[in-house]
Amino acid sequence: MAKSSTAVAAVPRGGSKVTRYNVWGYIFLIPFIAVFAIFTLVPLVNTIYNSFFENYVDGLRQIGPNFVGFDNYVALFTSGDLPKYFANTMIMWVLGFIPQILVSLLLAAWFSNPSLRLKGQRFFKTVIYLPNLIMASAFAMLFFTMFSNVGPVNSMLQGMGIISEPYAFLDHAGSTRGLVALMNFLMWFGNTTILLLSGMLGISTDLFEAAEIDGANGTQIFFKITMPLLKPIFIYVLITSLIGGLQMFDVPQILTDGGENPQRSAMTLIMFLNKHLFSKNYGMAGALSVILLIVTAILSFFVFKMTASDEVKKKRK
Amino acid sequence: MSEMKQRGGGVKARRAVCYIVLILISIFCLFWFYVLFINATRSNGELQTAGFSAIPSTHLIENFTNLFQGSIPVGRGMLNSFIVSTLTAVLSVYFSTMTAYAIHAYDFKGRKLIFTFILAIMMIPTQVSTLGFVKMMESWKLTNNYIPLIIPAIAAPVTFFFMKQYMDSNLPASLIEASRMDGAGEFMTFNRICLPLMGPAVAVQLIFSFVSSWNNYFLPALLINDEKMKTLPIQIAQLRSADFLKFDMGQVYAMIAFAIFPVIIVYLILSKNIVGGVTAGGVKE
Repeated sequence: MAKSSTAVAAVPRGGSKVTRYNVWGYIFLIPFIAVFAIFTLVPLVNTIYNSFFENYVDGLRQIGPNFVGFDNYVALFTSGDLPKYFANTMIMWVLGFIPQILVSLLLAAWFSNPSLRLKGQRFFKTVIYLPNLIMASAFAMLFFTMFSNVGPVNSMLQGMGIISEPYAFLDHAGSTRGLVALMNFLMWFGNTTILLLSGMLGISTDLFEAAEIDGANGTQIFFKITMPLLKPIFIYVLITSLIGGLQMFDVPQILTDGGENPQRSAMTLIMFLNKHLFSKNYGMAGALSVILLIVTAILSFFVFKMTASDEVKKKRK
Repeated sequence: MSEMKQRGGGVKARRAVCYIVLILISIFCLFWFYVLFINATRSNGELQTAGFSAIPSTHLIENFTNLFQGSIPVGRGMLNSFIVSTLTAVLSVYFSTMTAYAIHAYDFKGRKLIFTFILAIMMIPTQVSTLGFVKMMESWKLTNNYIPLIIPAIAAPVTFFFMKQYMDSNLPASLIEASRMDGAGEFMTFNRICLPLMGPAVAVQLIFSFVSSWNNYFLPALLINDEKMKTLPIQIAQLRSADFLKFDMGQVYAMIAFAIFPVIIVYLILSKNIVGGVTAGGVKE
């Protein structure tokens, strides 16, 4: 009920008038709710329904749809594909996330440090945020050409005498995953820096001054004051990045042209889903979607609790 | 005195380290786009034989002419992307703001429940309902049609949340009251009072919606296969899966540049709004 203070019509001024105004609340909600119900809710229910049926094309023959219970789920887990692609996704996410969070923390700490008074912050923020807006598919295509055997990176490395033969980056699992991680890092560290920075700037300067008077040095202040107070944002960044990581698709899909090579080591969960959608294996696609839904729902529950509690805090202010 | 001096010197040294690292990181971010630009100016022959170069060559216009006369209709692709992204951005921002206004300005039964519900679904990826969505669009004969790419954007939970946050601090109840006193209807109040006051937030969200639709690859690739209807990301994927060595590399770089540079230019013009907008309506504080 704390919210009613913001609602204009809640101020009682003759019951009928209030009701008359408030009907508009429902009217304004119609487009959103209707579109959500038709284009997300119904398809979601249909997806879950499909996950319990055997329904695919084998050559020219259409198999099913036959009800098979949880067979699709069992097949996903026992065939070894799902664990493998889950591991691929997580490896590439972690490889990108670790440098991302470290660099972002460092940059945010510098930008927010009043004693450093760094100039040109707007320029640096603009530059590091830039890769976030680039079309991921075009960026992946760019990396593909740059790291190809005759591409500029190989010719530079050869020119500097580091390697004598071109290195086939996309023929090796390690370098392919490394490139995906590098691109994810490039695309997201600017965004993370700005989020962490806003968190750091939100910390009262009194705390830093008090710590300095007590003789704490920069490192102590960072670990004893900044980090604990930054924990909520830190967790928010971690979980939203993990949810984003599970949706990893454009970059590895374009870089590896579908993920078959090298040895399907850069095939992610959504690429796997995409493959089933294209081959019209609706049963497997459905089961995979439901698994992804459950995992992301659990993860988003934590984000939801944080956003919702933020809302409550604001209202109480 | 000497201690002060020492500390001053320490700060200077640390500042120098910061600048060096920041400049290196900036170079690392821009390097790829610089090489992209350079290579888009070089001919296929130069790219195949002369290796890496830091200096632009003279074949930029030639590469672009070849690109537009080539087998992939990129001009059409960009026009398609532009139409889809513009309509998506406008519908998404208008109706999500309207939804936020419903929650912000009215007190009705179920208001809190709906707000909580939208927050709860905010992080659920759209990919999990794609199977049902694609099947539904196939049965409605809406493949090779932009409706499935545009209309669902009306329900954009993230835009809604951003707008709701912005309204909490920038849309005072008194203004809505005043508009009612003047005899304006509720719909008129939303269009004439609320939307203009939301200006900066609307601008930021228009940009973000536009860019995310512009870059969208997953869903369009599943729904569009008519050459004339394809958007840029699908054409990029097509370029990737074609036999690479047959291509004129200058043309390949020109196409990537064609997809990337317009966004960079718009971004540089609007960067102040965008970088500020990342957190303005976010979860922070």
